[in-house]
Amino acid sequence: MIEPTPAAPGSWTPRIVAFFCNWCTYTAADLAGVSRLKYASSVRVIRLMCSGRVDPQFILDAFRQGADGVLIGGCHPGDCHYVEGNYKMLRRFQLLKRLLKDLGIAEQRVRLEWISAAEGERVKTVVNEMTAQIKALGPLGMPQAFAAWDREVSELARRTNAPEDTDPEHSSVEGEVREGLATPVGAPAESQVSANTEVAHV
Amino acid sequence: MVSIKQDIRIGFYICHCGHNIASMVDCPEVARYVEKLPGVTLSRDYKYMCSDPGQELIQKDIKEFDLNRVVVASCSPLLHEHTFRNAVAAGGLNPFFFHMVNIREHDSWVHTDRKEATAKAKALARAAIQRVAHHKALEVKRVPVHPDVLVVGGGIAGIHAALTLANAGKKVYLVERQPSIGGHMAKFDKTFPTLDCAACILTPKMSDVGAHKNITLWSYSEVVKMDGYVGNYTVTIKRKPRFINEDLCTGCQECIANCIYKEPKFTDEFNEGLGKRKPVYIPFPQATPQVVLIDPNVCLNFKRGVLTDKCKKTCVEACGDRKAIDFKQKEEFVEIKVGSIIVATGFQTFDAKRVPPYGYGTYPNVYTALEVERLVNASGPTAGEVILRDGRQPKAIGIIHCVGSRDKKTNRWCSRVCCMYSLKLAHLLKEHTEAEIYNFYIDIRAPGKGYEEFYDKLNSEGVHFVRGRVGEVTDWGMTPEEEGKLVIRVEDTLAGFVRRIPVDMVVLATGLEPQADAQDVRRLFNMSCGTEGFFLERHPKLAPVNTFTDGIFIAGCCQGPRDIPDTVAQAGAAAAEAMVLIDRGHVEQEPNTAYILPDCCGCKSCLPLCPYTAITFDDATRKAVINEALCKGCGTCVGSCPSGSIVQNLFEDEEVFSEIEGMLAD
Repeated sequence: MIEPTPAAPGSWTPRIVAFFCNWCTYTAADLAGVSRLKYASSVRVIRLMCSGRVDPQFILDAFRQGADGVLIGGCHPGDCHYVEGNYKMLRRFQLLKRLLKDLGIAEQRVRLEWISAAEGERVKTVVNEMTAQIKALGPLGMPQAFAAWDREVSELARRTNAPEDTDPEHSSVEGEVREGLATPVGAPAESQVSANTEVAHV
Repeated sequence: MVSIKQDIRIGFYICHCGHNIASMVDCPEVARYVEKLPGVTLSRDYKYMCSDPGQELIQKDIKEFDLNRVVVASCSPLLHEHTFRNAVAAGGLNPFFFHMVNIREHDSWVHTDRKEATAKAKALARAAIQRVAHHKALEVKRVPVHPDVLVVGGGIAGIHAALTLANAGKKVYLVERQPSIGGHMAKFDKTFPTLDCAACILTPKMSDVGAHKNITLWSYSEVVKMDGYVGNYTVTIKRKPRFINEDLCTGCQECIANCIYKEPKFTDEFNEGLGKRKPVYIPFPQATPQVVLIDPNVCLNFKRGVLTDKCKKTCVEACGDRKAIDFKQKEEFVEIKVGSIIVATGFQTFDAKRVPPYGYGTYPNVYTALEVERLVNASGPTAGEVILRDGRQPKAIGIIHCVGSRDKKTNRWCSRVCCMYSLKLAHLLKEHTEAEIYNFYIDIRAPGKGYEEFYDKLNSEGVHFVRGRVGEVTDWGMTPEEEGKLVIRVEDTLAGFVRRIPVDMVVLATGLEPQADAQDVRRLFNMSCGTEGFFLERHPKLAPVNTFTDGIFIAGCCQGPRDIPDTVAQAGAAAAEAMVLIDRGHVEQEPNTAYILPDCCGCKSCLPLCPYTAITFDDATRKAVINEALCKGCGTCVGSCPSGSIVQNLFEDEEVFSEIEGMLAD
């Protein structure tokens, strides 16, 4: 019987959504379990038949719902149980990486790994590595960012639809809105978030 | 938030699995958490869900509480999804209204913090609860199974599997890349522990194969392509040219006797390079099929493998009316259809040159075990006389165990048979030479029936056993007794000092390895390999002959080193598995196929993506169509469709999106 050892107090566990293919990576993760290897508890696995099934929307939706990272696991090139599904995933992934960069999401948050059914150790290594990297980056917090943006937009709408309240002498609508919103913690000094920085932490 | 339909009634069960899950995950707490989720009618925790009472509990609850969805959080679906689907079906609910959550292999067994493990279990359970609400009723696909079987590899494993199936009335194709079947066993002299003559027990089976009406034997042939899926494989086999018409050759060997080469001059592969053969030859006297072949690389009628027709062809003259020799023969490709395949491609021996301190290839009197098998064999290159490469007879012989096994520098595994065959060779060499025999071992592994007794017998025959890993074989003598000898330097760990033992002959007990082209072969058959390179079984204990590809089985040393009794047992097991498929007549496939919705815009981007060519374009409707019988359910087209018009059963977009939402809802 394994004795539980509690995690260090105050540490934050990232939430990583993993899409594992049934034949290789999911089996490897099972092997890691059977071998009682120990790794970070950050990963939550969704089982698919093939990495080729992974729709880029799944990855984007995972971030939208609050994931801090996404891990995709497939068979090694040449070994896909369905011949070539992993190659198609690779193609989509290359395009998606560029899109995510433009959205301001750090590269380490999305990872595509080839893990074969015998590589239980590799699952452990990849999960631990990815968890450490994302811990260093901090939470992505997309739902909170969306909520903040929603508030900003509804505030804008409110002010636009009530023109008699506007005092032309004071500040423009934009200026009021900028003042009115709390400055996000950790965001750069400029009011605009540039494409190269991380999405604002709220 | 994805709304749960009003009429969803989910039964949730979390399994303790004894201590396996309960020691790290607070199961009652997860059950309490899930109970409050929308759509959940009941939430239970139980000690062993996969047990009969556990399954009956599900069936009872379905009826009593009118459940229309079931979720079980326990071990891996790869283990028990089938079990629970059957339980749900027995309870009167469509089995695909079930979903399974892995909180053992992916949670309790791999994490050490109870709070985190429980939080993760809750997240995964919630994901499943939200997903299962979207599940639809599905029916399993039934695919007919072709009754013929292909056996790849004609060693003892392939032979036994083929005979078992053929005797059951099944039609078998046996494909072997060497000119004769028999494999490694045909090279052995005697087999341990009974000291049965290998050829005497093997050749009757070989002739049965040759004569069996249900076996099509294609030797000197290789599989080059395999397509299809369980029950319906299309395999292309290359038949290499022997330059002899198999049907006309009677095996009289007059051609060999009359060859333009009066004496054999070329390296004899069967005798491990110790003997010579002519360009036209038969691999060994009992070869099956009893047909000669011509080696185009050394035959005078060819130049560098290309026919020149410049030779006198005394062989053709000797063949006479039989007219069996055909220099114009080309390689031929044959296509067959089978329902299942048994891969029994065997092993290769470790290359002793990879351990330079033992002097193989440097000193002529260092031999591998297989070479010694040929030396002591009465039909070998020296007619059973143990004569060294320099013509002498050895008076002292050292047998070194574990060459290329149990070694961090070469292969880490134990090759399982070498201790036993080293004892056997010690006995045979003593019998043939009366020499002093030394066995240098790390451990003596004698696990089988009669094996320990065999070891005892060797002890009483006066064979010397030295426990120590040999450091070096050298010809550098330091005393007069060592002149002209090979000196074995070894630490005798039981006596406690380093010894120098002069011998005339050194035998290296080389280990077993996967075949050199194992990676190519396994890709051909869509199999995986383990880290050591042997073919990967589906489960090391419970499914040692199945692979992850349905309909493809493995048997013998290609799966891992083993002796003849275990190989034969495994071959029988593989034949039985194939028979299950054939006699059942059909295979049930997961109904996770894809279909195209009417809103397909006809962009055709899915058409080239399917490796099974299941997608075609209907010119009349200007839409793509998926052939359900060909679809294997990978979902690649689904993930690519720009308009989201392809849906995969069991892995619909809504199902995955709700899983994502559920696991991040905490």
